[in-house]
Amino acid sequence: MNTLTSNNWILSLGTFLPIAGVIVMMFIPKQEEALIKGVAILTAAATLVVGIVTLCLFKYNHADLQQFAVSTSWIKPIRATYTIGLDGISLPLYILSMVITLLVMIYSWNHVPEPGNPKAFFALMLVLQVGMAGTFIAQDLILFFVFFEVVLLPMYFMIGVWGGENRQYASLKFFLYTMFGSALMLVSFIALFIVTKGNTDPNGSFAFTWFEAHGSGIATNTAVWIFAGMFIGFAVKVPMFPFHTWLPDAHTQAPTQGSVILAAILLKLGTYGFVRIALPFLPQAAVKWAPFIGLLAVIGIIYGALGCLAQTDMKRLIAFSSVAHMGFVMLGIATLTPLGVNAAIFGMVAHGLITGMLFFIAGSVKDRYHTLEIRRLTGLLKQMPKLGWILGFCAMASLGLPSLAGFWGEFPAILSAYNPLHGEGLPFGGLSLPAFRTYMVVAAIGTVLAAGYLLWLYQRTAFGEPNPEFVVDTHLAHSAGAAANPHDDEHVDIHDVGIYEWIAWTPLLVGIVVLGVYPQLLFKVTDPAVTHLLGVFGGK
Amino acid sequence: MLTTLFASDFVSPKVDYHAIAPELILAAGICLVLMVDLFVSEQRRWITSTLAGLVLLVATLPIVTLATSGHVSGHPRSLFDGRYVIDNFSLVLKALFLLIGYVVVLLSTGEIEEGNAYPGEYYVLLLSSIAGMVMMCSARDLVSVFIALEFLSIPSYMLAAWRKRDSKSNEAGVKYYLLGVFASAVMLYGMSLLYGAAKTTLLSGIGAQITATGRLAGVEVLGIVFVIVGFGFKISAVPFHTWAPDTYEGAPTPITAFFSVASKAAGFVALILMVYIAFPQARDVYQPFIWVLAVLTMSIGNLLALRQTNIVRMLAYSSVSQGGFILMPLAVAGTKDAAGSSLRAIMVYLVIYAATNLGAWAVIIAVARKTRSGEITSLGGLFGYAPGLTVLMTFFLASLAGIPPLGGWYAKFGVFRAVLDAGGGWGYTLAVIAAVNTVIATAYYITVMREMWMKPAPDGDVTPVRIPPSLQAALAITGIATVVFGVLPGIISRYGSLTDLAGAFGH
Repeated sequence: MNTLTSNNWILSLGTFLPIAGVIVMMFIPKQEEALIKGVAILTAAATLVVGIVTLCLFKYNHADLQQFAVSTSWIKPIRATYTIGLDGISLPLYILSMVITLLVMIYSWNHVPEPGNPKAFFALMLVLQVGMAGTFIAQDLILFFVFFEVVLLPMYFMIGVWGGENRQYASLKFFLYTMFGSALMLVSFIALFIVTKGNTDPNGSFAFTWFEAHGSGIATNTAVWIFAGMFIGFAVKVPMFPFHTWLPDAHTQAPTQGSVILAAILLKLGTYGFVRIALPFLPQAAVKWAPFIGLLAVIGIIYGALGCLAQTDMKRLIAFSSVAHMGFVMLGIATLTPLGVNAAIFGMVAHGLITGMLFFIAGSVKDRYHTLEIRRLTGLLKQMPKLGWILGFCAMASLGLPSLAGFWGEFPAILSAYNPLHGEGLPFGGLSLPAFRTYMVVAAIGTVLAAGYLLWLYQRTAFGEPNPEFVVDTHLAHSAGAAANPHDDEHVDIHDVGIYEWIAWTPLLVGIVVLGVYPQLLFKVTDPAVTHLLGVFGGK
Repeated sequence: MLTTLFASDFVSPKVDYHAIAPELILAAGICLVLMVDLFVSEQRRWITSTLAGLVLLVATLPIVTLATSGHVSGHPRSLFDGRYVIDNFSLVLKALFLLIGYVVVLLSTGEIEEGNAYPGEYYVLLLSSIAGMVMMCSARDLVSVFIALEFLSIPSYMLAAWRKRDSKSNEAGVKYYLLGVFASAVMLYGMSLLYGAAKTTLLSGIGAQITATGRLAGVEVLGIVFVIVGFGFKISAVPFHTWAPDTYEGAPTPITAFFSVASKAAGFVALILMVYIAFPQARDVYQPFIWVLAVLTMSIGNLLALRQTNIVRMLAYSSVSQGGFILMPLAVAGTKDAAGSSLRAIMVYLVIYAATNLGAWAVIIAVARKTRSGEITSLGGLFGYAPGLTVLMTFFLASLAGIPPLGGWYAKFGVFRAVLDAGGGWGYTLAVIAAVNTVIATAYYITVMREMWMKPAPDGDVTPVRIPPSLQAALAITGIATVVFGVLPGIISRYGSLTDLAGAFGH
């Protein structure tokens, strides 16, 4: 495959720069909290600057090619290479990971969750960033696997150390689920390598190009099994029904920052894996698996929506809405059409912005009220009008209101299910039209349910009079009340959106509007790459 | 008969002294440490340990010169009619054993002297055991394999019982001794059967004889099974593992580290020699047998480790289970496609496992200096008062669990690769069983991490841990090795190709 190799230092720099920050932070004493936070945020900002330079240098008329490509040997005896590159599919996610990390860190300036220790907290976020960015640029299966796993431990500790009451259970569940998936995934990767004769052919390697060229030649029966291993690995990460049960626990217990990163980026590693690895390498198996994936996707949509309706905790509700949204993404992928996969990538970015934002809001609500119980939260709009409006805006975006980003992830995905890969003369056959059109109808019902649970959430929390238990007489709070009970954890300090929150949130809110009004901005970048990648299926 | 024996002049074999220089240096070093110890006063006990460490480092020098001399690659140095061979395979493993020995000396330095426990004799026995391991790497004859095995085992029995006023340590020594001797007897019986069938003790000769008849005789099958069972004790494969947890718990912790890494590795070296040189034609016998052993070892080791509340016992069972993973490639080593990647996988696994496991023991020793406890709960709150140790221990545990980018992932990758190279239903089944076991193993490694990172200190005592310099050095060596092996595994995976092992599969 053609690659563009100009400026090929920039991806490695952008990916590994956070490590430099971590090393500097190691030598700063734990007490210098402001300095530590400063160094960390500076590192994340520098990383984002590298990302923006990458954006500028990216050749948009060649978005289907791997750009800034590097290919050198890494582990010679097993033919693993250090092959990296960036195309139209990776670019938005790569940049998104940098943006989210920086914003989360800015938010953390005065929101370091209990039990403190910003040094470790910020260092873990930087390590996470390395793993996330690396996954999106890796063009070698082993390299991909390593980066894919790097995110595991930092996230485990983020949930387990800084999380809520039930954090140990949640973090363990998250870890074991993901570990199970990735163990089987690794077995699949090696099996794929051996079945394609990558170990004996003189040109064989773990580079993606090798599998793109030779994966489709595998006997369908074998390919279906290898696909199964990858499917479990990626489906756990997405998470797809029925592998989703770790997600509500992890999200509910994670600190705000962990939830945002988890929702905005980590879940995308799974869907990205499907798009980048599972579909193009094993098209013959993908055609066999697609109806099944589509079925699980629509089950996820409905199940997630019903789950949302049943929740009493705001954060848990948002977590279940993630299951539903990722169902739309997976439905788009399962159609195996460029429209569907484009929609899926748009959906990933949109979900990253919107759900990331919703978790930020949930975190801020929890900060002020010390509860996320929907029953106890009323009248946000009266008590904190700005926060209330932002919540309303994000709820609208999340339910897929046209002209906001969420719409362009859901609507084309549903549309693509009407016309999945089918027709005459396809090298690997097509998909069943009736099945996918049924999925389409079910998914459309899902959007109605989404409107239902989000508006109901908004109605319950934002409208009405503020709950009397949180209405504090300012005089009392500042004089007698505070003095009488200085160590009261339940002490309520209701104030509207603060400065760090504004800095962290504005880019996300702007992004939601811009992508909603002008979706072409993203589709233009992803489409050439998607069309190129799906060319193997022979569809239109 | 007698006349002919007397008639023939005894010709002393030509000895390549350069080739056996590491063994000679060790032998001289053992004498030196023993002598010096007689003359140093109580206050200068540090001289003994320093000297022992130096001996081990000096012994690695001839390995470097041998490896770079150019004679070895392709033309292994063969002594005593091929009964003692120095090839690349043996050089890499000798270096590994010497470096393991060095780290164990570093671990022992504070522990043994502060306990006033005869450091001179301790280091002499440790060096002797390492000498036995170094010999094992080059042994290519049933007799020299057996002698090397006893040479490395007998000092270990005494070291296990070193804390002689502690009943647990006595139990450790006795258990290890009785089961070890039993295993030796079983193996010796197997060896005698093999000798009877093949009429030679030379491993390559046995390999050739087993081929010659065309099919395996019953006596050969018995011999092979008994020999594997004998080494199964040494590597604590299930169901021959019962000594391991008690011995590990009772022995002084540095010795436990030594057992779990070096003794186990020596057992694997012997198994490799048998499988690759003596039994290449008997794969229908050893492959299914080792397959079952591997599955049992990794699964049962893991399930028992899950239940442990004592960190030493947990790591003991964890090392049983790790042994199962190292056995995996041997279960497919006879398959043509997998022979090369199997050997490489075991070598890489042994190296990475050594670095990682020694590191984990070093952290346990460091923490136990403060807490004086072996319970997992005693690690609570470690992140608060010893963040450096916590991060290191997290690295070691993550590496044992096989999480990139730490060394262990590459070791795991290698064994998966080997069994998948072999392919077939057996290979794929083994790979899936191993994948499930990886997850089970993660569960108990995570328990320890959770204790360190998320629980408060059990007694509220958060004074920092004081780590002596030798222990710091051990932590640095193992920590750096664990990270570097994970990020750049290329530097170790060059070793262990099939051509490195002279005589493998009749080559």
